[in-house]
Amino acid sequence: MDFEFSDEQELLREQARGFLADNCPPMAVRKVLDSDAQYDAELWQKVVEMGWTATVIPEEFGGLGLSYLELVVIAEELGRAAAPIPFSSSVYLATEALLMLGSQEQKEKWLPMLASGEAIGTFALAEGNGRPAASNLKTAATGGSVTGRKIPVADGGIADFAVVVAASNQGDGASLHLVELDQSGVSREAVRTLDFTRGHAAIDFANAQSELLGGDGAGWAAMESLLDRAAVLFAWEQVGLADAALEQARDYAMGRYAFGRSIASYQAIKHKLAGMYVKNTLARSNCYYGAWALDSGSAELALAAATARVGAIQAAVHAAEENVQTHGGMGFTWEFDCQFYYRRAKLLSVNIGSEGYWQDKLITAYEQTNAA
Amino acid sequence: MDFKDSKDEAAFRAEAAAWLKDNVPSEEELAGMDEIAAAKLWQKRKYDAGWACIRWDKEFGGRGANAIEQVIWNQEEAKYNVPAGFFVIGQGMAAPTLMTWGQPEHHARYLPKLASGEEIWCQLFSEPAGGSDLAALRTKAERDGDDWVINGQKIWTSGAHYSDYGILVVRTDPNVPKHKGLSYFFLDMKSPGVEIKPIKQLTGGANFNEVYFTDVRIPDSQRLGEVGQGWQVALTTLMNERAAIGGGGAGVNVEMAYRIANEVMIDDKPAIADSAVRAKLANWYVQESGLRFTGYRSMTAMSRGEIPGPENSIGKLVGAPKTQEMASFCMDLLEMSGAIWDEQLSKEAGMLQLTYMGAPGGRIAGGTDEIMANIIAERVLGMPQEPRMDKGMAFTEVPTGSN
Repeated sequence: MDFEFSDEQELLREQARGFLADNCPPMAVRKVLDSDAQYDAELWQKVVEMGWTATVIPEEFGGLGLSYLELVVIAEELGRAAAPIPFSSSVYLATEALLMLGSQEQKEKWLPMLASGEAIGTFALAEGNGRPAASNLKTAATGGSVTGRKIPVADGGIADFAVVVAASNQGDGASLHLVELDQSGVSREAVRTLDFTRGHAAIDFANAQSELLGGDGAGWAAMESLLDRAAVLFAWEQVGLADAALEQARDYAMGRYAFGRSIASYQAIKHKLAGMYVKNTLARSNCYYGAWALDSGSAELALAAATARVGAIQAAVHAAEENVQTHGGMGFTWEFDCQFYYRRAKLLSVNIGSEGYWQDKLITAYEQTNAA
Repeated sequence: MDFKDSKDEAAFRAEAAAWLKDNVPSEEELAGMDEIAAAKLWQKRKYDAGWACIRWDKEFGGRGANAIEQVIWNQEEAKYNVPAGFFVIGQGMAAPTLMTWGQPEHHARYLPKLASGEEIWCQLFSEPAGGSDLAALRTKAERDGDDWVINGQKIWTSGAHYSDYGILVVRTDPNVPKHKGLSYFFLDMKSPGVEIKPIKQLTGGANFNEVYFTDVRIPDSQRLGEVGQGWQVALTTLMNERAAIGGGGAGVNVEMAYRIANEVMIDDKPAIADSAVRAKLANWYVQESGLRFTGYRSMTAMSRGEIPGPENSIGKLVGAPKTQEMASFCMDLLEMSGAIWDEQLSKEAGMLQLTYMGAPGGRIAGGTDEIMANIIAERVLGMPQEPRMDKGMAFTEVPTGSN
């Protein structure tokens, strides 16, 4: 048993952190925040050149063939930097969907383009308010085409293709479809979310040409497995963000004086930050478990992923909120960077299903693990 | 990173499991024994076979195992309901302090009997005027030839009434600032002048005591560290205390709460179908699992030669309130009957009520929640201490209150 990253993985972390300090400083995030840009295209290009989009894609499909332990290290650093790029959509969701479900032909077509950054992929499940279920999907598919409206779709405005969840009259009531977004049957409009640094869209499909990904009527179960995999990766981003927010709060508190002393010396502030540290640490330890389960193909993945995800949602949202609070009025200004974490933590907390959704999944997985 | 056993670890686990299977005492074997006798029997059996305090050196009664092997042993032993609980202070706190600060003759004389369970130790630190502010303690020691003469009072001493030895911090110089005037000893609890009075807790039990010292003589050879160095020695004990008291995963845990939530109904459905119940159980599972893996990570760090740090405070800070909340919530699931505390009538033989009533103790013993949070803030996050009114002041000049 070994519950730490290897020296090589720690070296990768150092490189990633250094790279992002140079190429994704707060000013870069702010540039996207203050503009209509849907992402930082320049940063994305550099991330692609670093090979990060190719991390777990096998070499035969143009990837680096590294493990998920390398990918989670990168995810954590991206979360820490609040990087405004479509990494989660393209790597954690679209790439994973193809690796899991793609036919040889589909893999040969898309994986090299995802690895090289020629294509950005995304994932389209939500159809508006409320928790999605196979029984309430309105998007329908008939013989090679998809019709319906998906909202919100992360990075929907810039993606080249989407993995679309649509209703099926077979099996579990859903199927997944690969849909290229640059075609006449697809129209997209930007949707504003609370995180101005991450573009989202509403996408209308009107008999859009599509290709089945995985089995017809096996889509809901496949989607749930896909989300388990993505949840571990999202959780690592959230843990990176949570630690960055804690560090920002600590650094500010140390330098801010009130009543003649550093506010970091007041127990009210110390206990607040200790609480952040505790949540972050538990979330991180659960993320280790998730990373191991994902990487080793463990049967415990569903439980490990939900545990990592619930802990990471709670840690990131809490750290982001209390970071603003620690900064007082300055934390509430546009000028300060606290808002980056505050926006991103909330976005990430609902991006692939809310805390409540994952709490429910956790107990279901717990039941299944114990019954096994 | 690998959460599974290596080949050597699997072999170690198999060896441990096989030994446990053949040697865990049966109920019949323990019938009629009091808890201490039962715990001593099990501890001695482990010791004789080389399964006690396995990380200690062989010459002290251990087997020189590494931190990961300790995890494996704990996992395997936890599969059985074995008598335990009397050796935590001695093995987990006194022993590491002896190892760090004691002389070779101390090691040879005391460690093997700590490992075998033959001798039980207690911790004489807290005082009526020295709790969270431990260094404010007043029990004094005065040099008299080769001995020290102790006068004063300790409080909250768990197990003083059945202990053979105690570790003790006392004031040897009241004229210097409080942390600098302390010294650290250990003593025979049967020494003349030691008087032990049980304290009845709000649970109704009496596991801890007041201990009075009247002209108690301790030979200077039982001092650990230099005169005036008692605070540093005490920190060794306290750091190990937080690791030893740990997570509180036993008793009321997710497994039990899940079982109860399947047995009781909300609106004609098992409570576990209720989304609010599921959310709470999920949160506690996240905490349990997070604590477990945080502990394992710390074991990996130790096996790479790192020293356990203040981050271990997290186990108690999370585990103790969690236990209290879970016991409270499980009683809520029982609705009106949740109040019944009766081994026959209550679910889980009254464990919920017992745990709830005992839970405040867990949040206080070994450093309150608030002190734990201070430790994390100051020693992990590097935040400054609150200004101290007594800083640099001779102990005799420090203001005191009426409580």
